[in-house]
Amino acid sequence: MRRLSNIYRLGIKELRSFVHDRILFILIVWAFSGGIYAATTATSQELHNAPIAVVDEDQSKLSGRIVGAFYGPYFKPPIMISHAEIDHGLDAGIYTFVVNIPPNLEHDIVAGKHPDLQVNIDATRMTQAFIGAGYIQNIVNGEVGEFLKGYRQNTALPIQLTTHVKFNPNLSSAWFGSIMELINNITMLSIILTGAALIREREHGTLEHLLVMPLNAAEIVLAKIWSMGLVVLLAAGLSLHFVVQGALHVPISGSIPLFMCGALLHLFAATSMGVFMGTVARNMPQLGLLMILTILPLHLLSGGVTPRESMPEIVQLIMQAAPTTHFVSLAQAILYRGAGFDVVWPSFLAIIGIGGVFFTLSLALFRKSLASAQ
Amino acid sequence: MSSRAVARLSGVSHRYGDTAALDGIDLEIPAGCMVGLIGPDGVGKSSLLALVSGVRKIQSGSVAALDGDMGDRYHRAAVCPRIAYMPQGLGKNLYMTLSVYENVEFFARLFGQDRSEREARISELLKSTGLAPFRDRSAGKLSGGMKQKLGLCCALIHDPDLLILDEPTTGVDPLSRRQFWHLIDRIRTRRPGMSVIVATAYMEEAAGFDWLVAMDDGRVLATGTPAELLARTGAGNLDAAFIGLLPEEKRRDHQALIVPPRAAHDGSPAAIRAENLTKRFGDFTAVDHVDFEIGRGEIFGFLGSNSCGKTTTMKMLTGLLPPSEGQAWLFGRPAKAHDLETRKRVGYMTQAFSLYGELTVRQNLVLHAQLFHMPPERLRQRLQEMIERFGLAEHKEVLASELPLGIRQRLSLAVAVVHQPEMLILDEPTSGVDPVARDDFWRLLVDLSRNDGVTIFVSTHFMNEGERCDRISLMHAGRVLASDAPQTLIAQRGKSSLEDAFIDYLEEATGEKADAAAVEPDAARSSYRPAMPARFSLQRLLGYAYRELLEVLRDPVRLVFSLLGSVLLMFLMGYGITMDVEDLRFAVLDRDQTPESRAYVQNMAGSRYFKERAPISSSTELDRRMSSGEVSVALEIPPGFGKDLQRGRTVEIGVWVDGAMPFRGETVLGYIQGLHYDYLMQLARQHLGAVPTLTPVNIQMRYRYNQDFKSLYAMVPAVIPVLLVFIPSILMAVGVVREKELGSITNLYATPVTRLEFLLGKQLPYIGVSMVSFFGLVALSVYVFGVPLKGSLLTLSFAALLFVTVTTGIGLLLSAFTRTQVAALAATAIFTLLPTVSFSGLTEPVSSLTGIGAVIGKFFPATYFLNISRGLFTKALEFQDLYADFLALAAFIPMLTLLSVALLSKQEK
Repeated sequence: MRRLSNIYRLGIKELRSFVHDRILFILIVWAFSGGIYAATTATSQELHNAPIAVVDEDQSKLSGRIVGAFYGPYFKPPIMISHAEIDHGLDAGIYTFVVNIPPNLEHDIVAGKHPDLQVNIDATRMTQAFIGAGYIQNIVNGEVGEFLKGYRQNTALPIQLTTHVKFNPNLSSAWFGSIMELINNITMLSIILTGAALIREREHGTLEHLLVMPLNAAEIVLAKIWSMGLVVLLAAGLSLHFVVQGALHVPISGSIPLFMCGALLHLFAATSMGVFMGTVARNMPQLGLLMILTILPLHLLSGGVTPRESMPEIVQLIMQAAPTTHFVSLAQAILYRGAGFDVVWPSFLAIIGIGGVFFTLSLALFRKSLASAQ
Repeated sequence: MSSRAVARLSGVSHRYGDTAALDGIDLEIPAGCMVGLIGPDGVGKSSLLALVSGVRKIQSGSVAALDGDMGDRYHRAAVCPRIAYMPQGLGKNLYMTLSVYENVEFFARLFGQDRSEREARISELLKSTGLAPFRDRSAGKLSGGMKQKLGLCCALIHDPDLLILDEPTTGVDPLSRRQFWHLIDRIRTRRPGMSVIVATAYMEEAAGFDWLVAMDDGRVLATGTPAELLARTGAGNLDAAFIGLLPEEKRRDHQALIVPPRAAHDGSPAAIRAENLTKRFGDFTAVDHVDFEIGRGEIFGFLGSNSCGKTTTMKMLTGLLPPSEGQAWLFGRPAKAHDLETRKRVGYMTQAFSLYGELTVRQNLVLHAQLFHMPPERLRQRLQEMIERFGLAEHKEVLASELPLGIRQRLSLAVAVVHQPEMLILDEPTSGVDPVARDDFWRLLVDLSRNDGVTIFVSTHFMNEGERCDRISLMHAGRVLASDAPQTLIAQRGKSSLEDAFIDYLEEATGEKADAAAVEPDAARSSYRPAMPARFSLQRLLGYAYRELLEVLRDPVRLVFSLLGSVLLMFLMGYGITMDVEDLRFAVLDRDQTPESRAYVQNMAGSRYFKERAPISSSTELDRRMSSGEVSVALEIPPGFGKDLQRGRTVEIGVWVDGAMPFRGETVLGYIQGLHYDYLMQLARQHLGAVPTLTPVNIQMRYRYNQDFKSLYAMVPAVIPVLLVFIPSILMAVGVVREKELGSITNLYATPVTRLEFLLGKQLPYIGVSMVSFFGLVALSVYVFGVPLKGSLLTLSFAALLFVTVTTGIGLLLSAFTRTQVAALAATAIFTLLPTVSFSGLTEPVSSLTGIGAVIGKFFPATYFLNISRGLFTKALEFQDLYADFLALAAFIPMLTLLSVALLSKQEK
């Protein structure tokens, strides 16, 4: 009872300090509102405005149709260039795609000669290159098919493929990006807030002050975890409601309370990591550098940016120990796929386990650092 | 201007935000003598000195020094080499990782001395200050007194006509203090024309000066020789004289403090007992076999310099530190770390202000009372009692950070006693507090001790406070030199004051003499007269660059982060940002189960893109497995698939793709279509013996520059520019802001170094470090990742050189805005992270961006280096293909440098 009251009082003090720090407050508001909005709308991983050029050596009705078929938002209006300009344009990175329409294309097609049509792709632009190539193939085939309708019967393929895209039928990256950005912010801020709260006490000498009072290390650590966790949880909940659903119109199929439960567990793990780093780092600059080195991998390798199953085995294995991996997986399952607790319980369990280990570890380290502090 | 005055101030006011540091000062400071500014902390002494030395920018009024207006840039530049300024704080303008010799050498370079002159002067200065034996020791490992002597060496390297010292002896032990003043005296006899202006909080020292300026609240109270001031107030010593000079309302409540004698010993066990208490940190012994015993209700003082072990001893008593050897007992119980019961009986006040500045006075008191679990009724009563007793009523709702120092210390004491402890441990509670507030504070202590019977263990470096204790211990270098009542100690040594007695003990302990005759320099030294400093000096620039390089090399954390950090991130990003979508999990709901359907599935399972999982048996299972994310693709083959296919009827296969991750979804759709057409071809070949042309036109895809279409080849050349943005700019920004935070930025203000020299000098080493890291990254990509460099390494290196110059330039520019290292870190991360990752063409080409992103992308240097790096790595381009990017990169350099110079101030604001 006494302990709970201590943890409660210290946490209230933590919240008072937090509210007092205007800049930090503004930063958090920005991260969960404007930050998510900007990150989601400014960039996309789908094909968008890809620069394309066409070398039209046919100058026929069909080639005109093909050129006219490339339009926004997938492609920029195609630029007509000569054959000699292809290499320079690709070398300098002006275009990602150059479609080369050979002479007599229309004539040869009508004659059934199966002429070649070449597409040059700058394969160093990974996101656009592969998806764009598929689009170009479909567009050209489509236009040719349409064109031929007047001339001859299209032959049906023996097996038809009917594709359904589940959970995000338009493959809109705003759906994906906003939630992943939210997750990143949850992780980043819970680490920063607890880490910095600890370093601040140390740098201002108030930590010693707490230690000469009838308090123990666990109470100090737990107070920081609950108070800063509450701040982030509140910000995340509001952001999910007003920004993600409100401003960005992302439909959420699953249960938000279930997701918030997951977020709560994740916060426990992430804030424990924050305490861990706040104990390891001796001062704010070190905490900053340590954070960059930790948050980047958490961000890049937990499956929020690129699919996990495509990463090297060893990376996948190591990332199993990061709470973000499980959080990303449960968030995707709940929010996009509408999964219930019966589906996501292993992720919940994993996060509890990881959080518990980090908490015990950071508590032990914190105790040790107190004992050897100069 | 009369030759008598070295500096003249008229109508000078200076404000920091809402607080006035100086308020309409008119003052004429005589030349050729030793002038002291006296008064407590925060009355404007430091501001005044900074204005006279030209370090701080004048806000209003006029300041003239050395026969010219300090508001005039050209006069400042001309007299700068004749003024030496030593800022407040132990070794504030020194570089702690540099050795004694390197520190002085750095200053000599800034004043344009050549090698032979430099060496002669340095060895002479080190000899006369007694630092010669320590010339290779790093400044951070010197004692406080030695640091101040080194600071003096640095100040005297250019034979100044005006020496300005801001509290040079605060926190230094009395022996070193006395040695320091002897040193100044010797220098003055050698150079009689030199004027010295000193700010000090020690009145004993000021008594020996030629002329004094007493200051309070930004105003001059009185000026004159010490004798004149004593005569004016009729006081016996300067402490009393100063109080006599204070305005009526401040003095009103002040009475001389009388400490009533302690009641006779009641024979109860000692409140604190320490035996052989020892603490070692590594091979450094902070506290060396200390014994003492403190009775109940006694005021016991620890006297000594900074870092002599006072704080460490106190921490061992409170259980904050475990002793390495020996033991301490509090109320007869051994002091232990986790003894919560003892903690309730002890109040502790740390050296620095350790309350929550963001809470109000009342909130601070309430929080602490609550943490001691005071019942609410008792709490309210106690709160009222504390606020009355410590005179905090009018400050009740004020934030602790906004309180004046004296009241803050009262609040700290109130917090320490809120739970009515039987013992108080106070670590330098009065440093920086003015004499009146100090007396008030001591009155509270005496009251607690004599009336409430509280045992008080207090440390201080003020001798007159030591005299108020019942008993004191004199400490030096972790050892107790002597321990007894102050009067007894003075009598034992046959001295007249406690300070003299302490010095006597110190001389005995260290074998040093206060007025040790140093080797007198040979008089035949060439008289050095600096000319007007040159507008630009390569020597000064390189002086800064050399110093910064030494610092970087000696800070392993920074170096490791900058070199290893980029390698680590390269691994992560090279392997992690994989755009290859492979090993996707798929499962099949095969309602047909014929050889035909299995052949179709086999076609998919055999590709490197897909991995087959256990088959699905029902539609609900399909939904469940997809929603858990266990499979990303599901196929549904209808019943009768094989039969229909053989009969030539068109059959339909259903495919479900997980679109939660859009990029992966798009890619999967592409793969499935491709594999599907492949299968159809095979089918046709088996049945018709020839490959039919299914489409009227044959589209050939030529993937150029990266035939295997591996994301590694595309990402690695792009990751190098990204890494060369973050780390160099952050290192650079922190490098400059560190100087601001630690105070060594004063050297930019106080020496002839120009802003351009300072900035370029600081930038050079980071460019060097970044280039090392660049070559490391290239080697990593070629040898570890196996991404060949098709273009010329020389061209790439040249581009990298331009690029790191630009990115360190960004760090410089950002450091001009920020004041703290945290802010510099955050600002650099925010301003570089998003543009680099999203707008410079890392994943999406700049030409595809729209709106603000496109504009940022065009004006962000990484865009151009990314293009060069990709062009050279994957496209085997030549310099002439890329010259436009080179030109764009080069254009950033003068722009950034000029902007940084314009934003950096040569004076403190």
